Amino acid sequence: MTKKILAYIDHFQGKEQPSSWEGLGLASAIAGDSGGEAAALVLGDGVGNLAEAAVHYGADRVYLADDPILKDFRPEPLADAVKQAAESFQPDLILFPSTTRGRSLAGMAAIDLNTGVMVDVIALDWSGDEIIATRPIYAGKLLANLVCSSTPQIITFRTRAFDKPEPDSGRSGEVTKLDVSLDGGAVATSIVSIQEKEEGVSLSDASVIVSGGRGVALNPNLEAPGDLDEEAADIWKAEQGFALVKELADVLGAAVGASRAAVDAGYIPYDHQVGQTGKVVSPDLYVACGISGAIQHLAGMRSSKVIVAINKDADAPIFNFARFGLVGDMHAILPPLTEKIKTYLSS
Amino acid sequence: MKIIVCVKQVPDTAAAMTVEDGVISWGDAQLIINPWDEYAVEAALNLVADQGGDVTALCLGKEGETEAIKHALAMGADTAVMVSDPALKGSDNVASSRVLAAAIQKIGEADLVLFGQQSVDTDTGLLPSQVARVLGWPSLTLVSKFESVSGDDGKIQVLRTMEEGGQVVDSSLPAVVSVTKDYAEPRYPSFMGIRKASKAEYPIWSLADLGIEAPTSSVSWPEVMEPEQREIVTEMLSGDTPEEMAQNLVDKLIAEKVL
Repeated sequence: MTKKILAYIDHFQGKEQPSSWEGLGLASAIAGDSGGEAAALVLGDGVGNLAEAAVHYGADRVYLADDPILKDFRPEPLADAVKQAAESFQPDLILFPSTTRGRSLAGMAAIDLNTGVMVDVIALDWSGDEIIATRPIYAGKLLANLVCSSTPQIITFRTRAFDKPEPDSGRSGEVTKLDVSLDGGAVATSIVSIQEKEEGVSLSDASVIVSGGRGVALNPNLEAPGDLDEEAADIWKAEQGFALVKELADVLGAAVGASRAAVDAGYIPYDHQVGQTGKVVSPDLYVACGISGAIQHLAGMRSSKVIVAINKDADAPIFNFARFGLVGDMHAILPPLTEKIKTYLSS
Repeated sequence: MKIIVCVKQVPDTAAAMTVEDGVISWGDAQLIINPWDEYAVEAALNLVADQGGDVTALCLGKEGETEAIKHALAMGADTAVMVSDPALKGSDNVASSRVLAAAIQKIGEADLVLFGQQSVDTDTGLLPSQVARVLGWPSLTLVSKFESVSGDDGKIQVLRTMEEGGQVVDSSLPAVVSVTKDYAEPRYPSFMGIRKASKAEYPIWSLADLGIEAPTSSVSWPEVMEPEQREIVTEMLSGDTPEEMAQNLVDKLIAEKVL
């Protein structure tokens, strides 16, 4: 049976979330195999460039709604537009990246279209015409195979789980302007301001992550300034430790991660937390510095391709999951490690 | 203002999960309130302390799954409602959101419905958006800060987090909000709170009490499994100095083609 797939292109102020193209790659692979059609859904204000890019990344057709009401992330009008696009294209499958926005809109689309949604999918298989979607549950401690008995099927896919296609600027596709009827006055929310984070590699997209744990505050050769109380001195020492983690991350083009212990101790903000109550990541290289490896942390990173553990305690559980282990003081090892990797990468 | 905070019982995050005969098992691990929900309860209690009003903890679950409600009451929630019905076995998130929405309407007159950002079992984080959609209320997910709230004027301003940073949003009430861990450290239940919670009585509503049929669930999980244990051969690297250890690691990473 031919399949019609609609892939939602997630973006922030017109700049795409890179994982959106992974969805389009998946959409065109499924559509191509079945002789069907892969369509991209681009919603926003001033996002014509994304429609063009979507064609280069494999869309046969692009549904585009370019409207000031769709500026910034307000789920309600965006969900209205998703619904109208789905009613017009009648897809068998709608794909969203598992981003903040993708997830919200997928959930709402399932309500609007009276169907189901399967989130954080990492693999797809077919049993005849039926999709079997595999997703981690309990932060990756277990896996579940899901099926959905209604159409359209809606899936959010985990970042980096599916290959990103190569863009081909020679491809052509049709851009269909979605005639959406949106009532801006009826939208109950308005965006007051946007606070952009300083540029840095995001954990979910990172192919390399360098993480710090409790050990970042335990440099034996460091004295905190005398005027700090115990807690402030602890945090001061941790900041020096995380500076070493960040220097290595910068050299590797990596994101900075942290264990829950480090976040709870106030060493680093929560958005760096990797683990069951943080982000679940799966980079090519994960360097754990001063992290003992509590089960909650392991759940969030153990599917990384190569794990390196640096820890003073030779009995730390993290070593059981590491490809390479170094028993030693991260504060002594990280500076020469950073230097040597820098030298290697620039040679 | 009237706040409903949705809570769920889950196995402790320290539990090693296994699958036995196709069924998920958490061994003898403790059952606890979903840790994310504690932030939502904390926010609800702070908001009513500031604005006046009351907090109702709402839990959808199997009969006897009382840990989440008890914890919310012990933290200081005023009342609780449990929704439980054998017909809800195997509900997907769409069905659950329709049931929760029905319960929220039956409780009535809520200004705010709060959720944790997700549950630590199924990790979907979908219910806040879906319940909002069913109710036709604004969905404000991943809120780390309440900039201003006025139950009287029916207005709220919150800071939502996104991958790229945050956005400050004005919204009308009623609304559905999910609260992140950045909000504030949740309080520990007091001894008095725990005593009160252990004696608290609250209604258990069935689908008939809500006046609805079991909503359709489209998604099912015919199979759960333990992830394949990758054979990891750990190579411990040594060296007489940190420089030597670092060099040994770099050599290995180059040989493994990860650099």
